[in-house]
Amino acid sequence: MEQKTEQVRTTWDRVQTAREEKRPHASDYIAKIFDGFMELRGDRLFGDDRAVIGGIAGIGKRYVTVIGQQKGRSAKENRHRNFGMMKPEGYRKALRLMKQADKFGRPVILFIDTPGAFCGVDAEERGQGEAIARNLFEMAGLRVPVLAIVIGEGGSGGALALGVANEVWMLENSIYSVLSPEGFAAILWKDGKRVEEAAEVMKITADELCEAGIVEKVIPEPEAADREHMDDLAGYIKQEILNFLGRYDAMTPEEILNQRYERFRRMAVPGSV
Amino acid sequence: MLRGKFKKTETLPAGEDFPESAFPTGGIPDTGKKNGKNRSRKEIPGGLFRKCDACRKILYEEDIRENWYCCPECGKNFRIDPWTRIRMLTDKGSFEEWDRELAGDDPLAFPGYEEKLQSTRERTGLTEAVVTGKASIRGSRTALGVMSPDFIMGSMGTAVGEKITRMVERATAERLPVILFCCSGGARMQEGIFSLMQMAKTSQALKRHDEAGLLYVSVLTDPTTGGVTASFAMLGDVILAEPGALIGFAGARVIRQTIGQKLPEGFQSAEFLQKHGFVDRIVRREQMRTTLGVLLQSCACR
Ligand SMILES: [Zn+2]
Repeated sequence: MEQKTEQVRTTWDRVQTAREEKRPHASDYIAKIFDGFMELRGDRLFGDDRAVIGGIAGIGKRYVTVIGQQKGRSAKENRHRNFGMMKPEGYRKALRLMKQADKFGRPVILFIDTPGAFCGVDAEERGQGEAIARNLFEMAGLRVPVLAIVIGEGGSGGALALGVANEVWMLENSIYSVLSPEGFAAILWKDGKRVEEAAEVMKITADELCEAGIVEKVIPEPEAADREHMDDLAGYIKQEILNFLGRYDAMTPEEILNQRYERFRRMAVPGSV
Repeated sequence: MLRGKFKKTETLPAGEDFPESAFPTGGIPDTGKKNGKNRSRKEIPGGLFRKCDACRKILYEEDIRENWYCCPECGKNFRIDPWTRIRMLTDKGSFEEWDRELAGDDPLAFPGYEEKLQSTRERTGLTEAVVTGKASIRGSRTALGVMSPDFIMGSMGTAVGEKITRMVERATAERLPVILFCCSGGARMQEGIFSLMQMAKTSQALKRHDEAGLLYVSVLTDPTTGGVTASFAMLGDVILAEPGALIGFAGARVIRQTIGQKLPEGFQSAEFLQKHGFVDRIVRREQMRTTLGVLLQSCACR
């Protein structure tokens, strides 16, 4: 394992790849994978968070609900998208759309790509903690199949709030972590410069998390994903999504609920359950 | 419809400051000599005096104990260990501990973590950062979890997540309400992503408890932050908080860095959260037992 990461690329290399500007964003995958996408906006309570997009999409002659955390590329676009950092109204919009999917029996496909939930006074005032908690709680009750795909950064509770899924997949060069390596080094070692060491010890790569049973599948990136050349990658993901939908077609809503519950229930102290 | 179901044995708390005469009998705090090993670092040698970290007055330890571990001068709620909390709340001798031996391990093989766990266990006498079990409060049976501020800042690793999940699942099976005293710096960083997953695991267990029609009360004590705020702390049917408790998702320092400006007065205090609609009641310690007793009884009608 050690040798592999040494030879191929270090974890820190992957962190930087996961954050690269040329990396495809949620909207890129949605455009390439699905047959049409109709965006639906707003949380019906406060506003419409542009750091997350969601709506109805078609795939393989059926409808699904698709939701994705959306980063920007230019400075202007990133201001508009708040760097993919959602506020409470974003989590509440996502939940509204997931409950709608549940009502009409549409499977839910989620794209995770966020440095984390937004940290700010307004987010706290409107209950960032409550919004994330509510998503974890309510997603546990969805009776339709839910798939989450980490495409870039899966930052902490801000990512998990779209991650209570029946299966979670990661792109080979994406990361999923409790905190950024920068934050981890600063908190545990009081030394923000030890990021590379933090990245190594944290187990944040797709391979490590797949081995640890945190995610089900690693989507290979023969070349680091690039939005200019993403047709093969998108085609592969599309086929995998179709296979996923086929697998869950045979299951009853109760089986789908129980499978998701057991998925997270297993994440315990080794040997204790 | 309610005839015969409404037991008129409790005095309902009237306003924010219901009179102290509404106290339960037998609610005098146990002065607990056993508490000796839980000394605060701020304690003045000799163990008789302590300086209040809020008003800076020098206080008698005994006066603090008799004042529900609050400052007699300014009312500051000092942090207390789970066993003191359990003694203050539960009917005498009613607490039965669950999963006492359940301990976490070191999933990242993080340097120094095993040693830290070991020394924390020795210092606190606790196996992990939460004590769970079953008790009765003013005659009503309930599952009860209490987190410890002293155990690696009450942080949630796999063992904490597992103990809380087991408590909630057992409460669902035995048709018991759940009361959970939250006190945590958030996810336990030393266990990485495995800590993060506990947020989902505990929340989904509470979802099933909820669907079974059972009451969950979360009580937010100082401090309740990060991944605990973003999971079970905010999921109560009723959410109570202690006066002045720090409650929030992101740390104040992180927010200050992000927005580059001063934070509003009282930001992330229990009172701030109540004003913004996230806390039902702020409850003084001496009223906690009565308040919980009323809630338990009022939700046991069916
Ligand atoms: Zn004081």
